[in-house]
Amino acid sequence: MSKSDHLYLSDYDRELLAGERGPGTQMAMRIIVRMAEILGVERLIDIEAAHIDSSLYMGAATLEFAEKLVDLGAMVSVPSTLNVSGVDEHGWMHWSVPPDWAENAKRQMRAYQEMGCIPTWTCAPYQTEFKPKFGQQIAWGESNAIVFANSIIGARTERYPDLLDICAAITARVPAAGLHLQENRAGQVLLRLKEVPDRVQRHESFYPVLGHLMGKVSGEKNPVVVGMEVEPEWDQLKALGAAAASSGTVGLFHLVGITPEAPTLEDAFQGNEPEQEIDVTMDHLLEAWRELSTASGRELDLVVLGCPHFSLAEFERLALLLNGQEKHKDVEFLVNSNRTMRALADEEGYLRSLEAFGGVVTVDTCPLATPMLSPDIDVVMTNSAKYSYYAPGMLDEQVVFGTLEDCVLSAVEGRVVRDESLWYT
Amino acid sequence: MVYVIQSRPLVAGCAEGEVLLSDKPLSFWGGYDSLTGEIIDRRHPLSGEFAAGKILALPFSRGSSTTTAVLLESMRGGTAPAAILTIGVDTFYALASIVAEELFNETIPILSLSPADFERLKNGDTAKISQSGEITISTQAEKEPAAR
Repeated sequence: MSKSDHLYLSDYDRELLAGERGPGTQMAMRIIVRMAEILGVERLIDIEAAHIDSSLYMGAATLEFAEKLVDLGAMVSVPSTLNVSGVDEHGWMHWSVPPDWAENAKRQMRAYQEMGCIPTWTCAPYQTEFKPKFGQQIAWGESNAIVFANSIIGARTERYPDLLDICAAITARVPAAGLHLQENRAGQVLLRLKEVPDRVQRHESFYPVLGHLMGKVSGEKNPVVVGMEVEPEWDQLKALGAAAASSGTVGLFHLVGITPEAPTLEDAFQGNEPEQEIDVTMDHLLEAWRELSTASGRELDLVVLGCPHFSLAEFERLALLLNGQEKHKDVEFLVNSNRTMRALADEEGYLRSLEAFGGVVTVDTCPLATPMLSPDIDVVMTNSAKYSYYAPGMLDEQVVFGTLEDCVLSAVEGRVVRDESLWYT
Repeated sequence: MVYVIQSRPLVAGCAEGEVLLSDKPLSFWGGYDSLTGEIIDRRHPLSGEFAAGKILALPFSRGSSTTTAVLLESMRGGTAPAAILTIGVDTFYALASIVAEELFNETIPILSLSPADFERLKNGDTAKISQSGEITISTQAEKEPAAR
């Protein structure tokens, strides 16, 4: 543990700390400096943008924090996108959301907008016009967004917890630590795909399943995967990262030959030797796939898609699969996205297909962030490893993990139907 | 048996309580019910345990960015652990305590232990934490000599 005795503060930092730019900015800077001291860093660095996960309403304390900053006159000083909120502002009344929760969550949404944040309301900010660029120093919250920005785009963010992301956005300064620094971006754990055939690597479930496994074996370390023979799509990489940041603490991974900081194995490890090497076989993947389901029967109450938020490409794929069918009356079908993506999907006609099917879209939040689902819902099917990881504890639901196609078919039949041939042949 | 270890206080403070320990990291978001203090990550070894008022020892926080917010809520609601011990520097837990000080002038101690000291801890030990980060551990055998 290297702890420096002295944190160097610039004139700007000292001005903020002295309250010369107002008490809100002063409070944010006080928190940033205390975190820098805990980390033992020597200096702070500038950031160019932020993504704010603190927008999630968790109760009285998070609301109090946001409103205190507003009362003290704090404003963000870099472009700052907002993560999901605690409520679908215009649609919550159709669900089981208690009115006082909705009211408080809306107050928290207003507070972050008053500080000058951009109301993107999405956990997939890398699929908006505000996505960062390679090499940019940014301060992002939301575990799936962090891992995507670092790994797939090559922007540089430490894993920012709620409450700190907004302090970084207000001050535009962060501790020079963690994944902001080149030397901490080297791979540490090597995962070697062993006889994982192309047909598996092309399959959509491969990504969340590999991510789930990667998070479990990597802990806090940066994993590197070698042996990927296909070029994954962004939505597949999104599923991979979200899974790894749920089962583990992964903030950055490299895929050799695919992600921007890993053209070669040597580049991925910055010339170092791996601390640990793991062969990933079909048996390991099968075990990880099994872990993603906790329900065993055929019973089904709800299908949840869009964790992280559904992209336009995902709406398109879904519309093709729906193909004029209608869902079973006893199963609900829910897609989570944000207001911008819903508008785009509407323009393309994808929403019409979804509505004809009997499905609904909820925007700017998700069932993990807002108490929208009735307690009568016991069994949920999803194509998301992240949702599957969290729903059993947070919502007391049993989960079944399947492909997008399995989810559609199950909603039509009114019971769990999965094509398991990938895993059992 | 009673022994004393020196930790590094990330957020200093005094506390005393029963040690609740796991070698598996925990995300408080989806893992800790801030209304009751129950650990609700059904994949975690401490699932079903109540950590409110206890000295919670975990290697580090896992996953979600919202861990800090959930810990802050539990501090406000009086359902937080009495202190949190980790290996190395875990900023997610420390931040909650720092923000709690800004908001309602309350903290819980967040302490960093060496891996060797962390490994000596046992579930059910009693830990007494001083402002300087000194931790006095009473092991269960000492506390209840009649148990065997």
